[in-house]
Amino acid sequence: MKTLSRIYLMLVMVFLYAPIAVMIVFSFNSGSSVWVFEGLSFDWYKELVFNSEMLGALEHTLIIAVLSAVISTVIGTAAAVGITALRHKISKSLVMSVCNIPMMNADIVTGVSLMLLFIFFGRLFGLTESLGFFTVLIAHVTFNLPYVILSVLPKLKTTDANLPQAAMDLGCTPTQAFFKVVVPSISSGILTGFIMAFTLSLDDFVISYFTCGHYQTLPIVIYNMTKRTVKPDTYALSTLIFISVFVLMILYNSVQGRSEKKRGESR
Amino acid sequence: MRRNHTTIGRRLIAAPYLVWAAIFIVVPLFIMLYYALTDDNGVFSLANFATLGRYKNAFLVSILYALISTVITLVIAYPLAYIMTKMPISTQRFLLILVMLPMWTNFLIRTYSWISLLSNTGIINTLLSKIGIGPLKLINRPGTVILGMVYDYMPYMILPIYTVMSKIDRSLTQAAEDLGANRTHVLRKVVFPLSLPGVISGITMVFVPSISTFYISQKLGGNKTMLIGDVIEYLFNLGPDYYHVASVISMILTVMILVCLFVMNRFSGDDEGGAIL
Amino acid sequence: MKRLISLLLVMTLTVCLCAMLSGCGYEYFDITYRGTYDRSLEGTVLNVYNWGEYISDGSEGSIDVNKEFEKLTGITVNYSTFESNESMYSQLRTNGVSYDIIIPSDYMIERLRKEGMLKAFDPKSLSNYDLIDDAYKGLYYDENEQYSVCYNVGMVGIIYNTTMVENPPKGWSAFWDEQYKDNLLMFGNPRDAFMSAQFFAGIDLNTTNKNDWDRAARLLMDQKDYLQSYVMDEIYGKMETGEAAIAPYYSGDYLTMYDVNEDLAFVYPEEGTNIFVDAACIPFSCQNEAAALMYINFLLEPEIALANAEYIGYASPNTAVVNNPDYCYYQNEILYPAQEDMPKTQYFYDIDDDIRSYYENLWIDVKLY
Repeated sequence: MKTLSRIYLMLVMVFLYAPIAVMIVFSFNSGSSVWVFEGLSFDWYKELVFNSEMLGALEHTLIIAVLSAVISTVIGTAAAVGITALRHKISKSLVMSVCNIPMMNADIVTGVSLMLLFIFFGRLFGLTESLGFFTVLIAHVTFNLPYVILSVLPKLKTTDANLPQAAMDLGCTPTQAFFKVVVPSISSGILTGFIMAFTLSLDDFVISYFTCGHYQTLPIVIYNMTKRTVKPDTYALSTLIFISVFVLMILYNSVQGRSEKKRGESR
Repeated sequence: MRRNHTTIGRRLIAAPYLVWAAIFIVVPLFIMLYYALTDDNGVFSLANFATLGRYKNAFLVSILYALISTVITLVIAYPLAYIMTKMPISTQRFLLILVMLPMWTNFLIRTYSWISLLSNTGIINTLLSKIGIGPLKLINRPGTVILGMVYDYMPYMILPIYTVMSKIDRSLTQAAEDLGANRTHVLRKVVFPLSLPGVISGITMVFVPSISTFYISQKLGGNKTMLIGDVIEYLFNLGPDYYHVASVISMILTVMILVCLFVMNRFSGDDEGGAIL
Repeated sequence: MKRLISLLLVMTLTVCLCAMLSGCGYEYFDITYRGTYDRSLEGTVLNVYNWGEYISDGSEGSIDVNKEFEKLTGITVNYSTFESNESMYSQLRTNGVSYDIIIPSDYMIERLRKEGMLKAFDPKSLSNYDLIDDAYKGLYYDENEQYSVCYNVGMVGIIYNTTMVENPPKGWSAFWDEQYKDNLLMFGNPRDAFMSAQFFAGIDLNTTNKNDWDRAARLLMDQKDYLQSYVMDEIYGKMETGEAAIAPYYSGDYLTMYDVNEDLAFVYPEEGTNIFVDAACIPFSCQNEAAALMYINFLLEPEIALANAEYIGYASPNTAVVNNPDYCYYQNEILYPAQEDMPKTQYFYDIDDDIRSYYENLWIDVKLY
């Protein structure tokens, strides 16, 4: 039974990683094809430095990912705190339903409806250009928000509601109580929300596709490339991203594992 | 008195979000509805619905593909999640990273890589021809589109099921075993019912993107048919004249998804985090 | 909280690193310019909207045209790409984006002009405009030379793999031929795909008769059985590796494929074929017209146009390129066929709204058939 489950596990992993293996192998191709392997070389990694279109797009992607993650974490955390304070069951479930829409609805509908909104506003204000940096940013914050809220809410539920009260009784202002008592107790939820927001934003293609104008992010440029010819330098960049994410995850994981162990010991 | 004051303060800090949600979640849907119900001159009209017959096949095929791929994903992911929970904690953590990692690689690239694998002259067929088989026609078929969906959305199925399963109290399964239940019994009577919320959320997380995807069929299916997502993309790319029809299709897609979610929610009887509508 | 901040710091650092990286790496060429360029517009931004892979971008030791322009004039080029005339049109029409230069094809220029979306300018005021071959001035979409400067020219032909077909295809009928079944590729955009059926059935490309379009659509539905897939530029991989045997495509792209796979051959279809011109235009929403004119003139510079012609592989309308013996496609018989080898050609015209939406919808029917 154990070997059987191991084999099964292996098979699924092979399935999940086959295309990624192809990507990594062909990024070292000396030829310019992602179909025929001609020989081993690092040429495409060197070539990458020259590809200003792709690097520019990567920069856009990172800027949007960082900004949208920060904004949605701030607004979302505040929202989660506010939502737990809501007393009426109906208003609470109404807010949560609206909150869930961007997460549950098809990406393409979210993207398209936001595009219609931006164009509508653009007309209203007589702008010559209604899509660009700010619209991608807004779109990303919008679809990130529910994930942040849903990571923070459970943490809030498990914290003692009397803690901030106690802090205030001891002389804290409400703001101090919030930052010194509430925030630390939900920090792991905030961190999870932030990371989720960041990665979702990094990887988003569909919604950016409809809202980015000429502020093109990396997935958009890659999409345009797969419509033409994909060269191994695209794979090279993706491989670099893959490896850095892999390293970051392992690091994050070991840090978390250690801190959990510590917590266990101190108990 | 002061307590009352602070809860109002706490409620108020949700205000930025509420404003944001109203403008960027609710209003866009109404604008879409407006487009769906008007013609080029902004006059109320139901004419956009009259053209829907043309897209009947797109809807049928999309629903079919999404259903099949959701079922396959579930069948593959469920045992995997179960196996994972049986591993030592450190292995579990590593496996979890392995499952999530593909999600950080651009999905366009991952889909594109399948072309190199499955083509007539691709890697799999080259290997097969070495042992005297093939070439098999693996690409540009409906099955390939489903494979692409299964592949791309697999982590979305594994993760929620695993999360729920790993939280099942060990003492429960042990108690069942102590009372004489065998492995299959424990699985069927204890683990499965308790993992149901994970299954439900996995199903929705796979079904929704599958039914609305617009890239996979273009690349892996030979671009020979259109799924709903492809239709919406095609129409929006043709320019503002087509926004009305495209909005109608988008609205219908939204309603379909909401109905599915509603039904699913009833199934799981889950009242955490607020129901949809 | 500390972890959050350190994570933020790492990300900000990565962003900065990327910004730095994208600045370095490229070594500027020593180019002599024919026209004169001043730095009076230094610090302004120019938004360019072009086809993907349609400019020399510094890869594989080529000239990075945008970088050289930025260095020369101090203008920042904000360059973005589109994948079809229609998607570009859609972006412009909705005011989604504003561009200073766009490079659409002939029939799209006609449509944009008709709808008042182009700004008139005087190409003759550009010092390098005289380099353009007279054959590519004042074409049907711009008779009075007020809206466009030709960028590239091309014709559609049939590419086939000589090792995979016994009988070389002669014309469009190949796409309905049982012997090539499952080895055929077809254009993934409506106008070009309909063209194959129209030439096959002897229908005018710009017909305004709905029955003609129905007939062509019917043929495309039949054709679908024989096709491996509808493609645009995925064709490169598929033809280069022998995945597919026959495909219609633009002549310039054939040369690029031939460099990789010498088994590929090319023929202009006997029934006739489509000729197209892509030209630089200034859209109405243009914010920086002076810089746009400077950029268009820059594209005509002999060395810049040569770099583009060699990178893209399409026929150049620029006499300084065509008559340059060092040009890698100098007197190439596919790009520049002699008068007697010239195939029958027809341009796409912009068809009126009614017919256009008729065939755009028919395309959905073909796909969903």
